Amino acid sequence: MCLAVPGRIVERKGETGMIDFGEGTTREVNLSLVDAEVGDYVLVHAGFAIQVLDPREAKKTLNAWKKLLEEG
Amino acid sequence: MGMNAFRYRDRSLVNKVAKSIREMNLNVLIMHVCGTHQDTFARYGLDNLLKECGVEVRQGPGCPVCVTTPREIEEAIVLAKAGKTVVSFGDMVRVPGKNGSLLDARAEGRDVRIVYSIEDAIAIAKETENDVVFLAVGFETTAPSTAATLVAEPPENFSVLTCHRRIPPVLDALLGMGETKIDGIIDPGHVSTIIGVKPYEEISKKHNIPQVIAGFEPLDVMMGVYMLCRQISRGEAKVENEYSRSVRYGGNSKALKLMREVFDPVDVEWRGFPKIPASGMELRRRFQDYDARKIHEDELEAVKEMEFSTPPGCRCDEVLRGLIRPQKCPLFGRGCYPSHPVGPCMVSIEGACSIEYKYGRRMAPRV
Repeated sequence: MCLAVPGRIVERKGETGMIDFGEGTTREVNLSLVDAEVGDYVLVHAGFAIQVLDPREAKKTLNAWKKLLEEG
Repeated sequence: MGMNAFRYRDRSLVNKVAKSIREMNLNVLIMHVCGTHQDTFARYGLDNLLKECGVEVRQGPGCPVCVTTPREIEEAIVLAKAGKTVVSFGDMVRVPGKNGSLLDARAEGRDVRIVYSIEDAIAIAKETENDVVFLAVGFETTAPSTAATLVAEPPENFSVLTCHRRIPPVLDALLGMGETKIDGIIDPGHVSTIIGVKPYEEISKKHNIPQVIAGFEPLDVMMGVYMLCRQISRGEAKVENEYSRSVRYGGNSKALKLMREVFDPVDVEWRGFPKIPASGMELRRRFQDYDARKIHEDELEAVKEMEFSTPPGCRCDEVLRGLIRPQKCPLFGRGCYPSHPVGPCMVSIEGACSIEYKYGRRMAPRV
């Protein structure tokens, strides 16, 4: 139920966005819960974007893991 | 940057994390409360790998369909039988109630529809003059979509039978019950995306328990467990956030504001649990014209007097409290299957029993 899938906003009309989930899958999604723009990556749950993903944080996480494991 | 930036599946890194955990020489039991986490643990065999490293993983009450009570399911069935159009998510309609499931009611000619989103339910309400009741299940991840829909002035024939529930109160209740010694908790990444980090901090303080918010890729889950084990071995009890690409400290403020506008906290029962303070969400007075329990009060009167019991042999209650693994249930794979479920944990794709069955794990691992 709490499954959420990342996708990229390719179009926006009012509170509705067209999201590209990759591999040819697109779908209309309600954007009223987030402040997001075309080009942003969002997490989509039950037809609603629930957060804008932060690519810098994503990279930071990967780097932190690598560092942690080199030390460990 | 592509979608791959958000996929963390490097097997050699997973093995490295496992090795680091093993070297801590722990013998601990950790709990998570999310079917999507359990799916990652089982799909990639991470729980068996972790067991070899001294970490036993249990799924607690982390399945919204599973913790919905038989009384709530009966309310939906009664409304369907009274001629309303009842709309819900796929798994919900298959959970056996007192006298069959919503799907059985549909087979008897009642109007029961399955949707992916509450917006599909609104579309149905716009096409019919019949009363449309949306059976709203889900934790804080899902409740904002219900709130956003209700503030957007839905059609008058639309109402919500709210069964939304909040995760922090059930964690607090579970730790307070103390039936089993839980050494750490992996917090659900998408619930946390909405509520943020703060609500867990009080729980860590009160119960002296370490927590880590984790994402859902195999590496997210393994790093979450690693961070948890590091806290345990150091004797710490704080809340760490592994899933920072989605979880901000304050959560999603827009979603939280909408939820506060639409819902009041209310004491509710969970399947397998007694009444848990402030763990439910009822519609505020301003939205009572959309509250199925208010506008269909007469039809629902009969449900109030009903008593409900667990089907003989079914141990979903104990699975939901994290006391047993599904294989300990006498019905698991012997009378209870995904195609013919007895209890909700075998129905929902997020249920612990259904996940164990799906990955072919009929017997408990002997590691």
